[in-house]
Amino acid sequence: MKTIYILWLRQLKRYVRSKSRMIGSLAQPLLFLVSLSFGFGPIFQKAGDGNYLNFLVPGIIGMSIIFSAVFSGMEIIWDRQFGFLKETLVAPVSRFNIMFGRTLGGATMSVAQGLIVFFISLFLGFRPTSWIIFPFVLLVMFLVAILFTALGTMIASLLEDMQGFQLIINFLVMPLFFLSGAIFPLQGLPKALSIISSLDPLAYGIDAFRSLLINVTHFGLGTDILVLSITSLIFLGLGSYFFSKIQI
Amino acid sequence: MNIIEVKNLVKKFGDFIAVDNISFDVKRGEIFAFLGPNGAGKSTTIKMLTTLLNPTSGSLLLDGNNPVLDSNKVRKSFGIVFQDPSLDDELTAWENMEFHGVLYDVPKKLRRERIEYLLKFVELWDRKNSLVKEFSGGMKRRLEIARGLLHHPKIIFLDEPTLGLDPQTRNHMWNYLKELNKNEGTTIFFTTHYMEEAEKIAQRISIIDNGKIIASGTAEELKTKANAKSLEEAFLSLTGKTIRNEDTGSKDSMRMHRRMWTKR
Ligand SMILES: Nc1ncnc2c1ncn2[C@@H]1O[C@H](COP(=O)(O)OP(=O)(O)O)[C@@H](O)[C@H]1O
Ligand SMILES: [Mg+2]
Repeated sequence: MKTIYILWLRQLKRYVRSKSRMIGSLAQPLLFLVSLSFGFGPIFQKAGDGNYLNFLVPGIIGMSIIFSAVFSGMEIIWDRQFGFLKETLVAPVSRFNIMFGRTLGGATMSVAQGLIVFFISLFLGFRPTSWIIFPFVLLVMFLVAILFTALGTMIASLLEDMQGFQLIINFLVMPLFFLSGAIFPLQGLPKALSIISSLDPLAYGIDAFRSLLINVTHFGLGTDILVLSITSLIFLGLGSYFFSKIQI
Repeated sequence: MNIIEVKNLVKKFGDFIAVDNISFDVKRGEIFAFLGPNGAGKSTTIKMLTTLLNPTSGSLLLDGNNPVLDSNKVRKSFGIVFQDPSLDDELTAWENMEFHGVLYDVPKKLRRERIEYLLKFVELWDRKNSLVKEFSGGMKRRLEIARGLLHHPKIIFLDEPTLGLDPQTRNHMWNYLKELNKNEGTTIFFTTHYMEEAEKIAQRISIIDNGKIIASGTAEELKTKANAKSLEEAFLSLTGKTIRNEDTGSKDSMRMHRRMWTKR
């Protein structure tokens, strides 16, 4: 327990101390939020789909979480490069605890990020249908954050250096984001695209946010939570497996 | 009575043989040194002993446990000061110590006492709340040493611990380690390419070069064997060459840079 806590704390401290990273990881979702909602809002409205900002906010919350979660998971590459990874790897702590502590730390930061985006969107005029669901929103945020931090950890355990990082962002995280229905509805997509989207775990996270925040759902909240939980467990397992295989 | 037993250990990186079929034992409570030039395979051997790297072939036992199969048990029995940097630059000196102490389950009160003692010991106590990234190379090295001494394991590995350390801290550190060895029976395994250090500190020495152990014994035995007056002369006549002194800081970081620049 103590070891999980100290690893969690370390991730937190590193994050809080890195101002540029904090600002950077907020700027992107805000840019999307503002430009897309002003840009596409009128068209969306005309097409009879309602208020685009309301539709978009859950998607952008998901976006800010996935980016910051994958990024913190992949911080292992930095640790390896700067040598600190050795220090954790020789410690008499189970690999699962190390991996889990780090993942919780990264996930906590990502949830904070998602919350900030949420509160900012309130200023832009976003209104959730009800406030009672707020704890559930937090819970789903946490699930999504854990899932993608674990995924980042898993990938980073397989990479030797920073080269692969940009590749993963461009060819994995970006597609996951765009295919998740974060910025357009999944209803009425071409068959092929719709199948791909249903394989994207982020789609379930965002659908759960929409279901809770604006009462619109594609898969159904139960399915969302089930898929997110199972996928999180799988990635936690795989992540700690690959993490335990790291050699230096 | 052997706390470390190594038989026919081999490590290959691709076609390159970094550790070439070495066998040696270290007795419980002994101070043992690996003496050899850069690239001899000292660090690679330590990495295999400390569960960071799997051997290509051969057998390893640490306090009766196999580092590959019983890695968790093995990790409970040793502490290590790495040759290459292993601090978290974004944490303070104190936080680095605390992190280590918690991971190694040093009880809180003892932990706080030792952290204070050791940080004073390496003269970093008044900088305890500074981020490590603000430290000079020498300060970082001292912090690594202090951190390595925070918990008291059965075996302490020190991989070129005195590289880049001022003579004063060097002395200080060896005195501390000898005390630990005497009082707690801690086994000490260190590598060096300073012959005086090996001769002065180690009870037994293995000379390693090109991945092979060329000779083992006490400094006296090695001298007799080579019919030499000093360990340096013995080394020369056993290996047929001089030790390339401190040609670079760290192989690991050189490799790292190479990788960073070439794989683009
Ligand atoms: N991960 C690695 N990949 C390729 N070669 C390596 C690796 N680690 C070490 N080597 C090579 O193995 C040899 C022994 O290295 P090392 O054990 O670090 O030597 P020492 O610690 O005695 O200076 C060196 O030639 C080094 O370049
Ligand atoms: Mg070395």
